[in-house]
Amino acid sequence: MIKVDNLHKTYGNLKVLKGISTSIASGEVIAIIGPSGSGKSTFLRCLNLLEKPTEGKIYINDVDITNPKTDIAKVRQNVGMVFQHFHLFPHKSVLDNITYAPITVKGLSKQEAEKNGKELLQKVGLLEKASEYPNRLSGGQKQRVAIARALAMNPDVMLFDEPTSALDPEMVKEVLEVMKDLAQTGMTMAIVTHEMGFAKEVADRVLFLDGGLLVEDAPPSEFFTAPKTKRAQEFLEKML
Amino acid sequence: MDFLNFSSIVPSLPFILEGIWVTLKIVVLSLLLGFVWGIILALFKISRIKPLMWVADAYTSIFRGTPLVLQLLIIYFGLPQILGFPIDPYPAAVAAFTLNSGAYISEIIRAGINAIDKGQQEASMALGVPYSKMMKDIILPQAFKNILPALMNEFITLTKESAIVTVIGVQDIMRRAYQVGADSYNYFAPLLFAGLIYYLLVMFLTLLGKGIEGRMRRSD
Repeated sequence: MIKVDNLHKTYGNLKVLKGISTSIASGEVIAIIGPSGSGKSTFLRCLNLLEKPTEGKIYINDVDITNPKTDIAKVRQNVGMVFQHFHLFPHKSVLDNITYAPITVKGLSKQEAEKNGKELLQKVGLLEKASEYPNRLSGGQKQRVAIARALAMNPDVMLFDEPTSALDPEMVKEVLEVMKDLAQTGMTMAIVTHEMGFAKEVADRVLFLDGGLLVEDAPPSEFFTAPKTKRAQEFLEKML
Repeated sequence: MDFLNFSSIVPSLPFILEGIWVTLKIVVLSLLLGFVWGIILALFKISRIKPLMWVADAYTSIFRGTPLVLQLLIIYFGLPQILGFPIDPYPAAVAAFTLNSGAYISEIIRAGINAIDKGQQEASMALGVPYSKMMKDIILPQAFKNILPALMNEFITLTKESAIVTVIGVQDIMRRAYQVGADSYNYFAPLLFAGLIYYLLVMFLTLLGKGIEGRMRRSD
């Protein structure tokens, strides 16, 4: 479903990604972990071209998204993204946040979009907040709305960029629960996270990045109990 | 207290009051056109397309760097020499105010757009929202909320500055008050009266601005 081939990203002299190749199968849940500055967020943001790769190719559903001729807006419609800082639209109500893109981009009728939107709000447990503005919500609620907003486009894959890192500790769980439910529906997910417990429990594979390279790629059972590289061992010692 | 002889100008008040429509016609149209022109210039400035940025920056530099009254005189007296036909005072005034206020408004809007968190653009892009719709539905509405006080300031300035159309003979509030003074050798009362009208117009704009601001604060 996603294939990454020799991905490089450079900012001026700074090499953030130094040739990453991997693939993500349909329905797979991938946890991307690594120390800060390892390039894990940049890697994720390349997958929907919020960062433009300097070199290498990325295929989503066999479409080369790094090809300048590819209609990237079209590709992004099928790739949902959830950000660390939510980025809800503050001037729109919760429901309007969710229905905006389906109506504007996909041309859904308002009724249809609102029906879907309410179902999604029900799923993330926030139906009663439909007409609130984002500023009235807690961090955890905002992130659940952001997840619903991304899901409203009916994406094939969901990207999560440290979805719980900006949350107060007591709100992390409610967001992880929603993500866990989502994983169980068979959604393809790529998650940059520092939540090792969550990665261990939910991920099918762990990608460990360090210094812009993919250092380890293993199922969590292997990675967390018997990491192969010294770098991963050191990292895990610090985290656990 | 002869100079405060208001009773003697009472018969002339309707004549001065008629100037309100002349002033309003110029100000309202210039505000609307200047606003649209300001948005276009602001979009040029943030477009990252070099020629558009240069044009918009040079334009702003020139129209902010020279007196408004000079721009008005160039359009009214100077341009006809090149064009070969005269320009009426009214369109000349609207053109000058639109071109001038567009320069100021574009800077206000550019600052407003830049102040919006980059994440808003990223969230829109990630949802596949095209640039034009993102600007119209996501970025500009948020920017306007923040820059409303600065915009109202610009509108108020324009309303008062419109008095300089007097120099090209437009019969606005200012010119009429001055004429009444000249006719009766009593300047003080009609000029004070003109001042009162401008003040009330500005107060109206201020209240309007506060009303709009209040409505936009709903989402806070």
